[in-house]
Amino acid sequence: MTVKYTEDHEWLKIEGDTATVGITVHAQDALGDVVFVDLPAVGTSFAQKETAGVVESVKAAADVYMPVSGEVTAINEALKDDPSLANSDPMGAGWFFKIKLSDPSQLDALMDETRYTAFAA
Amino acid sequence: MSDSSTSSAAPETLLKTPMHALHLELGARMVPFAGYSMPVQYPAGLMAEHHHTRQASGLFDVSHMGQLRLVGAEAAAALESLIPVDVIDLPAGKQRYGLLLNDEGGIIDDLMFFNRDYANGGDLFVIVNGACKVGDIAHIQAKIGSRCQVIPMPEMALLALQGPQAVTALQRLAPGVEKLVFMTGGRFTVAGCDCFLTRSGYTGEDGFEISVHGSQAETLARALLAQPEVKPIGLGARNSLRLEAGLCLYGNDIDTTTTPVEASLNWAMQKVRRTGGARAGGFPGADKILAQLADPATLARKRVGLVALERVPVRDHTELQATDGTSIGEVTSGLLGPTINQPVAMGYVKPEFAALGTRVNAIVRGKAVPMEVAAMPFVPTRYYRG
Repeated sequence: MTVKYTEDHEWLKIEGDTATVGITVHAQDALGDVVFVDLPAVGTSFAQKETAGVVESVKAAADVYMPVSGEVTAINEALKDDPSLANSDPMGAGWFFKIKLSDPSQLDALMDETRYTAFAA
Repeated sequence: MSDSSTSSAAPETLLKTPMHALHLELGARMVPFAGYSMPVQYPAGLMAEHHHTRQASGLFDVSHMGQLRLVGAEAAAALESLIPVDVIDLPAGKQRYGLLLNDEGGIIDDLMFFNRDYANGGDLFVIVNGACKVGDIAHIQAKIGSRCQVIPMPEMALLALQGPQAVTALQRLAPGVEKLVFMTGGRFTVAGCDCFLTRSGYTGEDGFEISVHGSQAETLARALLAQPEVKPIGLGARNSLRLEAGLCLYGNDIDTTTTPVEASLNWAMQKVRRTGGARAGGFPGADKILAQLADPATLARKRVGLVALERVPVRDHTELQATDGTSIGEVTSGLLGPTINQPVAMGYVKPEFAALGTRVNAIVRGKAVPMEVAAMPFVPTRYYRG
């Protein structure tokens, strides 16, 4: 399984032509305590960089961008009841949604962990 | 992900409070606020800091706020000419809330003033908002500088110690403070520092605001933080605490375009300054404000509290609509209240939608979030009245 990162501080875990998407440790730390996550409807298609949702802490709201073009196939229902999963386990139980990639070549331009770590520092 | 609400400014242009080094040592995240570099949160985080203040005691650096003295026998009469508030009858040793008005009755700033026995050589001690202080001082100087001395106090720092255990912590360092009641104060030596402190604050909790010379601020802050009840609290939690307490934030909930009546601050205007009172009128915008008090139907809008019926935070500048889709106003402050654990807001609506229990919709990202007009404070206040 490959993990890629975007300049918008989102991560993608890629398995075949699907990817799981969430926000990075750096992103949740910058936001603070997450109190609300608004996720897209399953079945919706987005182009890369389109706004697909919102993540909010008490102090700030931030858009969630579609990291690559695709169709939403699943969303993390657990975040509705416990948005703090995005803080406590952002790379695991705090995932946001899964997508079916429509243009896997877009992945090539995203960062690997080493490059993202340097980018976020 | 991109953060839409954090502003940035060149750090070298920002002022620093006397507690700046301490904030950095405590691991604070610093942000620009009112021209200062201020702590928005410490490592504990906004939510934990909010809850700690409600449950124990939080220490806030609010040294960005403006402190000034009005000196002279006419100080109270002079201040009364600028605010729709009873200043003259405020006894020595007591504090009151006031509103600086422009000639249209709009609010230039809100403030607190304390009668430190101005009639017998003391002063009226005034605290104004940090972002407004330069303009406020110029305004006060221009309007009443010939009737009393207007003395800014930039050398002073201001700390707030808030929460149900604030008195326990402070009286250990300054026995006697426990005898003060809400909106009174006095001079005390705290940890060797000369302080003027009042039993008041901006959180809805019992607590104190402490004016101390900047050279002693860090010593005082360290002594307070050494108390087991006390933790440092940033501006983020200060905002969520004040909103739950139903208190206005100048620049969001009140400004030069809102009058005290529109802002539902009638309680701040004592009868003696209203029509029929012994000193009715005589403040800027009095004609308009007294007319609004006499006939609330003339109001174009009114500030109300709002609670969302779904768990969606509703932020400032969100449009408010009637259930039929008509636009009726706007949210001026809003967030998920950590203590009430519901999204709360305040905003302005047309008066016919201001009754408690009225259903309205907030339009969040194109979707209607149902809200209900609700009484404020959202969380019961716990001021100590003796």
